[in-house]
Formats: sequence, structure tokens, C-alpha cells
Amino acid sequence: MDALALEATQPKKVAAPAAAPGPSAPVPTKRKPAKKTKKAVVFFEVEILDAKTKDKLCFLDKVEPNATIGEIKSMFHRSHPQWYPARQSIRLDPKGKSLKDEDVLQHLPVGTTATFYFRDLGAQISWVTVFLTEYAGPLLIYLMFYFRVPFIYAPKYDFTTSKHWVVHLACMCHSFHYVKRLLETLFVHRFSHGTMPLRNIFKNCTYYWGFAAWMAYYINHPLYTPPIYGEQQVKMALIIFLFCQIGNFSIHIALRNLRPPGSKTRKIPYPTKNPFTWIFLLVSCPNYTYELGSWLGFTLMTQCLPVAFFTLVGFIQMTVWAKGKHRSYLKEFRDYPPLRSPILPFIL
Amino acid sequence: MASGEEDGAVEEKETNNKKKRTKSAIAIAWLTVYNIAMTAGWLVLAVAMIRFYLQKGTHRGLYRSIARTLKFFQTFALLEVGHCAIGIVRTSVIVTGVQVCSRIFMVWFIASSIRQVQNQESVILFLVVWTVTEITRYSFYTFNLLNHLPYFIKWARYNMFIVMYPLGVIGELMTIYAALPYVRRSGMYSLRLPNTYNVSFDYYYFLIIVMLSYIPRKKFTPIVHHKTTLFAVSKIISEINVHMCKLYIYIL
Repeated sequence: MDALALEATQPKKVAAPAAAPGPSAPVPTKRKPAKKTKKAVVFFEVEILDAKTKDKLCFLDKVEPNATIGEIKSMFHRSHPQWYPARQSIRLDPKGKSLKDEDVLQHLPVGTTATFYFRDLGAQISWVTVFLTEYAGPLLIYLMFYFRVPFIYAPKYDFTTSKHWVVHLACMCHSFHYVKRLLETLFVHRFSHGTMPLRNIFKNCTYYWGFAAWMAYYINHPLYTPPIYGEQQVKMALIIFLFCQIGNFSIHIALRNLRPPGSKTRKIPYPTKNPFTWIFLLVSCPNYTYELGSWLGFTLMTQCLPVAFFTLVGFIQMTVWAKGKHRSYLKEFRDYPPLRSPILPFIL
Repeated sequence: MASGEEDGAVEEKETNNKKKRTKSAIAIAWLTVYNIAMTAGWLVLAVAMIRFYLQKGTHRGLYRSIARTLKFFQTFALLEVGHCAIGIVRTSVIVTGVQVCSRIFMVWFIASSIRQVQNQESVILFLVVWTVTEITRYSFYTFNLLNHLPYFIKWARYNMFIVMYPLGVIGELMTIYAALPYVRRSGMYSLRLPNTYNVSFDYYYFLIIVMLSYIPRKKFTPIVHHKTTLFAVSKIISEINVHMCKLYIYIL
């Protein structure tokens, strides 16, 4: 009789699977008299257990049925101040996927006493902070090598400048690239997630800063050898580099325009009036394609093996990301254009 | 994205298991042959080393005498990486790869290429450790594949590493350390500026990095063995009776 009355008073609730009310604790829910008014609100009770130890961490009563997971996270944070919402992973099943912040409580397959499992994601840091730190490093480090700051090369070379014009050009290109990235982080990108685990900043900074130092050491070395084919090679490389920089920027703008400010919607990107975006016809992640192109241009310009190595490692990582993104596009959208490849047209 | 990967992985694993079952006969036959061959090879090395020492009374020149056989059998172990990659051996490709590569590095890039260290005692130390370890390991695999594992091989496999691993590390580290002055003086395997591709490589500093990398790496492998030791102990207790009976019957 209780179950029948509950169903009668929840017209908005999506049909829950039959097993849903089963495992929850049979605690009587508070509700206003349901027989006379049709707008009676059934409050939910939420208990949060630790996913590993199954300890009861928090019990929330009188939770609105249209409360989102994000709001529940805030309430949980109040009782456990050390776990701010960004580091909470709330899930229906201890080994299941994390629920999204936008998920609404009453649309989840839970009874009126919902049991959630909590996992601590560890200390979090915002994406913006990580990006700014990891891009500012290469910018400054390269300049230190370019200006031949003491203790890097032999003392007689301190604060001297290279006699090859390609070295000056390379410095300008490299600096331009990272300034562009910093500005994009601040003004262009719209991030799906606010934060990432703290240890990522150490991993990412080691990668970017380490490679920047290694490349910059050789390019700005007093014994640097300019490209074999001289001016022709450098000019060609510069054209490729600039073309791909503009392309990369165009793609970032196009992706930004897909998403209204403050939202996390996902849509299929399509070519726009900008010719640089026409590559969307053939590739899912053309920002990575253009990024590869830029670094190939830079490799050709400097004719430096460490740069080639950096390009290769970056390409491998971006291919992994592109394949993942491509797969999620295919999964999410039935009408996804079949001609597209993840990163290289027709090849990869 | 993550769930897509998980679904794909589960389906792949199921087809892989089916594939493994049909491949089994050929795989087991090949692995048995491989492990017997490797056991034999390392036994040959052990015998050669003992014979040399008994005949000459010194370790000087011992490495030179066994160098070719050692190179052959240690390099042949690269196949094990392939076994893991195909899946007929259930070990991580990376772990096996690192192990085999570090051995090949010691043989080809330290001991064989730097003559001046070949008469060092540390070389004999790691050679003895390797020989004992490899004979135990390959005979363990062979007997496992033949489903007839003598207790003492099992015991040796799970217990000797406690002593062998540190000794091996010491032997290898001391050899690399002894090689450093010769590397520095000769500038071998190094690339200096200026050159067309604007890169340089200093083998001396590379070796120092290699020596430093030994320390954390070796900590992990005993832990892996520890877990298998715990499983092995429970199995050993149940199997002791069976093997003891067989042993007594055999002796009688």
C-alpha cells in the first residue's frame, strides 16, 4: 500500500527499474498528505557511503527531488569540509561510473532513500591553472636559453646572440606559439571539467618544461648548425608553421562557438565559412592535426633532432586523445559523418 | 569515452580467451621447446664457467671464453617479449621488456664493448647470479608446462631471488661504475656538437643515469614475487604430500 501511494504522488518520476526500491533501507519517508493535493512533494533521503569501506559518511534528509548531484555534493561538503565538491566522485555503484553534476536526483534509478557511494578523487587543481603553468614554463625557459643566461653554455658565450637568423626566427615562432596558447586558455577555451588531479601538474610540467629546455639548449647553442637547404628550407618551414597556427586557432574558435558560455553541451563540429575549418570534413580533431603540422614546420625550420623527437611524442599522445574523442563522438551521435578520421585524413 | 573503451575491452578479452584455448597446443609445445633450450643453454654456460675456473684457477679471461655463448642465449631471450605480446605467456610486455633490455644492455654495451672491465670480480658475480637465476627460472617454466613440478625447483624459484636479486644488482652496478673512467677517456658511443642534426649524447652521463635508475626499479620486483610467494605457500602445503610420496616411491 505504501508503494502504491508513493507511485501516485510522483507523477514526474521517470519509470524506475523494478529492482530500485529493493536494496534501500526501509525508512519511512516524510511526506505531506498525498490523497487530497496533487502537488505533494516527496522528499528524498540521501545516504552517502564510502565506496571502499562502505562506512556511512553522511545522511541527508529532506532533499528536494529535483536536486542535482552538484547540490548534493555541496551538502556533503558542508558536513565534510576537507572534501570540496570538485574532489568528490559520487556513484550509484561502488565500481560504477561517476554521476554528473547535472544529473537530477529523481531521474536516477534510486528509491526515495538513495544510497550513493563516494570516492575521493584526491587533491584537485583547476584546468586553467595547469594550462597556464605548463605553457608559461616553456615560454620563459626558451627565452633563457635564447638570451644565453649564465651557467648554461661556456662563460664566454654569456648574453651573446646567435649569428644565424634562423635562430632568431625560431625563438619568435616558439614564443608566439606559447603566447597564443596562454591567451587561448584565458579567453577562448571552454572546459568540460573544472579540475584535474593535482599530480597531473607535476607530470605535465615536467613534460613541457623538460622538452622545452632540451630543444632550446640545442637551437640556441653556439655550435648550432643551420638547416642544410638554407633559406629555402626555413621559408618553407615558416609558411607551414604559420598556416598551421592560424588553422589551429580557427579550430579553437569554431569549437568555442559550438558551446554557449557556461554550458557543457556537446555538438558535432562542422566546417564554417573559414576555409581553415573545412578540414572538419575529413578529421574529427583537426586542432591536433594542425598542432602536428606546426611542430613539423618547426622541426624543419630548426633541423634539430630533439625537436623531431618532441613532435613524435606529441603526435603519439594526440593520436591517443583523438582516437578517444572520435570514439566518443561515434558513440554519442548516430548521424556522425562517416568520412571523418580521428587525426590524419584517411590514415589514422 | 571511458565506457566505450570498457565495452570494447571486455569483448576483446572474450575472443582472446577463445583464441588462447585453440592456440594452446602449439603454444605449449613451442614454449616447452623454448624453455628446455634455454635451460640447456644456461647449463652449458655454467659448466663452461666452472671448467674454466678449475682449469685456469683464475677468473681472468673467463668472460672472454664464454662471451659468445652468453651473447647468444641472452639475446635469444628477446623472444620472451614476443611471447607476452602474443599472449601465450601471461606477463606484462613492459616488465619483461625492461628486464630483457637491461640484460642485453649489460652484455652488449658494458661487458662486451668495454674490454677493461671484463676481468673485474663484479662481472663474475653477476654472471654467477644470472646463471643460477636463469637455470632455476627456465627449468621452473619447463616443469610447469609438463605439469610435473619438483618441490625443490618451486622452492628455489620463490626463495633464491631474495639473495640473488641484491647480489645481481651489486654486481651490475659495480661493473658499470668500474667502466666509467674508460668511457670518459675514450668518449665511446658519444655524439658531440656541431653536427647536422643538432643533437648530442654523452655515454658517460647516460651510464650515471642508468646507475641511478637501478635503485627504485629493483624495489618493485620483490614485491611482485612476494604476492606470488603467498599463493605458492598455500599450494606448496597441499602439494608436499603428493611429491614426497612420489619421491619415496622413485627412490625405492
